[in-house]
Amino acid sequence: MSSDAMTASEGSKGGRRRLRSAYTNVAAQGEPWVWLTGGALATALAMITGLLCFIVVRGASTFWPQPLELVELVDGRKTLGEISSREQAAQGPRRLVRSENFELTGSHYEWFDDAQIAVSSRPEWATAVERLEGGRFHGFPSRLMHGDEVVAEGPGKTWQAFERLHAAARRRWREALRIDRHDRGDLQRQLRAARLAVVQADLRSGDDSPDYAAARAAEQAVTTRVAGRLEAVDQEAARLRQENAGWGLEFETASGDKQTLPLDGIVHAWQPNRLSWWGKLGIYLARWQEFLADDPREANSAGGVFPAIWGTVAMTLIMAILVAPFGVLAALYLREYAGRGPVTTAIRIAINNLAGVPSIVYGAFGLGFFCYVIGAGIDDLFFKASLVADGQPTFGTGGLLWASLTLALLTLPVVIVATEEALAAVPNSMREGSYACGAGKWQTIRRIVLPRALPGIMTGLILAMARGAGEVAPLMLVGVKKLAVDLPIDGTFPFIHPEREFMHLAYLIYDVGFQSPNSQAAQPMVFTITFLLVTIIALLNLAAIWLRSRLKRRFVAQQF
Amino acid sequence: MQAPTKHEIVPHSAARPDESPIGDRLLAVAAGREVPAEVHDQVLAERPVLEIDRFNLWYGAKQALHSITMPIPHNKVTALVGPSGCGKSTLLRSVNRLNDLVQSVRITGDMRLNGDSIYDPRMDVIELRKRMGMVFQKPNPFPMSIYENVVYSLRIDGENSRGVLDEVCELSLRGAALWDEVKDRLHDSALGLSGGQQQRLCIARAIAAEPEVLLLDEPCSALDPIATGKVEDLIQELRGRYSVLIVTHNMQQASRSSDYTAFMYLGRLIEYGPTTEIFTKPILRETEAYVTGRFG
Repeated sequence: MSSDAMTASEGSKGGRRRLRSAYTNVAAQGEPWVWLTGGALATALAMITGLLCFIVVRGASTFWPQPLELVELVDGRKTLGEISSREQAAQGPRRLVRSENFELTGSHYEWFDDAQIAVSSRPEWATAVERLEGGRFHGFPSRLMHGDEVVAEGPGKTWQAFERLHAAARRRWREALRIDRHDRGDLQRQLRAARLAVVQADLRSGDDSPDYAAARAAEQAVTTRVAGRLEAVDQEAARLRQENAGWGLEFETASGDKQTLPLDGIVHAWQPNRLSWWGKLGIYLARWQEFLADDPREANSAGGVFPAIWGTVAMTLIMAILVAPFGVLAALYLREYAGRGPVTTAIRIAINNLAGVPSIVYGAFGLGFFCYVIGAGIDDLFFKASLVADGQPTFGTGGLLWASLTLALLTLPVVIVATEEALAAVPNSMREGSYACGAGKWQTIRRIVLPRALPGIMTGLILAMARGAGEVAPLMLVGVKKLAVDLPIDGTFPFIHPEREFMHLAYLIYDVGFQSPNSQAAQPMVFTITFLLVTIIALLNLAAIWLRSRLKRRFVAQQF
Repeated sequence: MQAPTKHEIVPHSAARPDESPIGDRLLAVAAGREVPAEVHDQVLAERPVLEIDRFNLWYGAKQALHSITMPIPHNKVTALVGPSGCGKSTLLRSVNRLNDLVQSVRITGDMRLNGDSIYDPRMDVIELRKRMGMVFQKPNPFPMSIYENVVYSLRIDGENSRGVLDEVCELSLRGAALWDEVKDRLHDSALGLSGGQQQRLCIARAIAAEPEVLLLDEPCSALDPIATGKVEDLIQELRGRYSVLIVTHNMQQASRSSDYTAFMYLGRLIEYGPTTEIFTKPILRETEAYVTGRFG
């Protein structure tokens, strides 16, 4: 009996000891911490990859030709469109059809309950048309017209004739546009320059001076010369447009309406139900090409985004070029020259705090200081004529240069902090070695410290670029516009125009997604632009990372 | 109440002077008393390249060097030995005024390099450092090619003539016994060399400018035995051509490669004489205790 009690008590003692040892074992091996830290990482990764996958899938699929369904309702109504989504509503399953033909139907999308639908089919000749104006059009080609003359009739023949004639019509249309935009624009600019020269002479020496008379005479000469050229140019454009006039593609819609679309107003047309996979790929690539290389149309909700790509890349690079020397020099002083003391500490804290100031504040500062103070000063000194004659500021308003400077200011703290850390990481033994060789302070910094810290400085620059390229708020104040197709670099003297307003992909996302009159139709475009912006930022970063790894191999090889 | 074990450390003050292995003189030093250094006559007979004259140094309020007076003979190897924290490295770094970079350092006394006062306010520190070469504990090659490392001191002087640079580079690398190992990859990064090669590269860099004194601060403490052997051989070769002042922790190294040895303790010079005498028949038994490894 007593021995039994002994064993029981011993057993419980032993059990308690085992329990404790199991606990210490867990704490020692840190199993739960591995799970905790690993779980945190996995959650972060899942969120990031989830977001990226969502953007990539939605963005990359926008231009893939979807099949066109002819939906016949129980009540006899017919609609032709792409099925954009299906969902389970309270009254049963329903589908969202992208019906388009806005001028006939008054809507871009329509919901249909599955119960309403009698038949759903994919007719062979169903055609989707992307137009210059008026959005998408869905219908069946019936006739190809030239004036009153019928060139081809019936879907098959009409489509053949369309494929034969369309490219030439588009070429003529493009040429006419080029003449208007480029040749005509050139002449207009010459006129304006001559006019401004007169105003300039007036401002400089008064309207009774010989200067002024000479400018006047020059303006007269330019005006007569340009008038002749203008006429010739206009004639050429008119001839091209005349050639295109009258050509039209007649469609019959699902509901039986007839609509004739001008041939040169058709950007792309495809018959997704007939296309093979390769054919679809061709359409897909052609639409991507248009997206990347053309100007936007229809309040940015269609066409390309080339000016925005250009603006984004140019602004980010100029920003990086501006912020790098400023940030590095400031950090050099702070780390290498400034003494250790309360003032240095205060400055360091202030710089760290600057990184937390809302970006819109930088935008307001950029507008108030760069545009209205510095820009207005430059205008007053060099561009007064334009200000007086047209009431138009040159540098005194938002532009590429001011936007880049504002963002450079915004990202300066990031660069300073990263550079300081990089400088602090340069081993003191290297500095001492250099001093012992008889090098001065600046020689040591330039030849030893900076090369060694360069990879770290690049890291700061990469972070700054990633932050700057994704900013929108400050840019709205200092130069990004909804539409600005004139690039800051072109063929007109002086070829680089940093004062020009520009377009930016991040702003385009906001504009197309939330300011567009028809945001639902623009939604696929928003995803594509987002996808493009993320890709561009990733490419810029990859380039910088590649550069950094090359520098690293050169300057910071592993010791021993 | 625990009984004292035989491993218990007996405080200096508690030990009887004649029983202490470190001797009265060191006890006096530890107590902060002024103690004269024993300098052998042979040292004084040599022509000095560097004369340290009643040199005191403070880090803030703490005095690190106490009135050091010692001549460093011309074209000889002089070793500074002593336990950690005795001020050997501080003394070495005072010679080329690297301590100027440390805030809160204060000095009195002077040093003279071939007669020129080092701590003269009119002395240009940069010009002064160009007259000396220094090698540190850890190899510190610069982040550039082997070639550029060696000719660094010429480059910062604005020397750009290819011929001159090539010649100096080869001579210095040969002088540092590194030429045969690196002659085919002079323009590769110096950071790709092994630790021992890096240290010899640092020696090549130090002798490239034809220094009047070569300062070596424990040059082998971060190296493996084979690399250490090579660097010691190199110091043997430098003997007679350069005036070398070397700090070392390694008694064998001091006895093998130096002509003169100075024993320091707590910021004071205790005994200074020819290496053979210091290691075989020192004047002070304290020195004998240290070099034979009985304390320190």
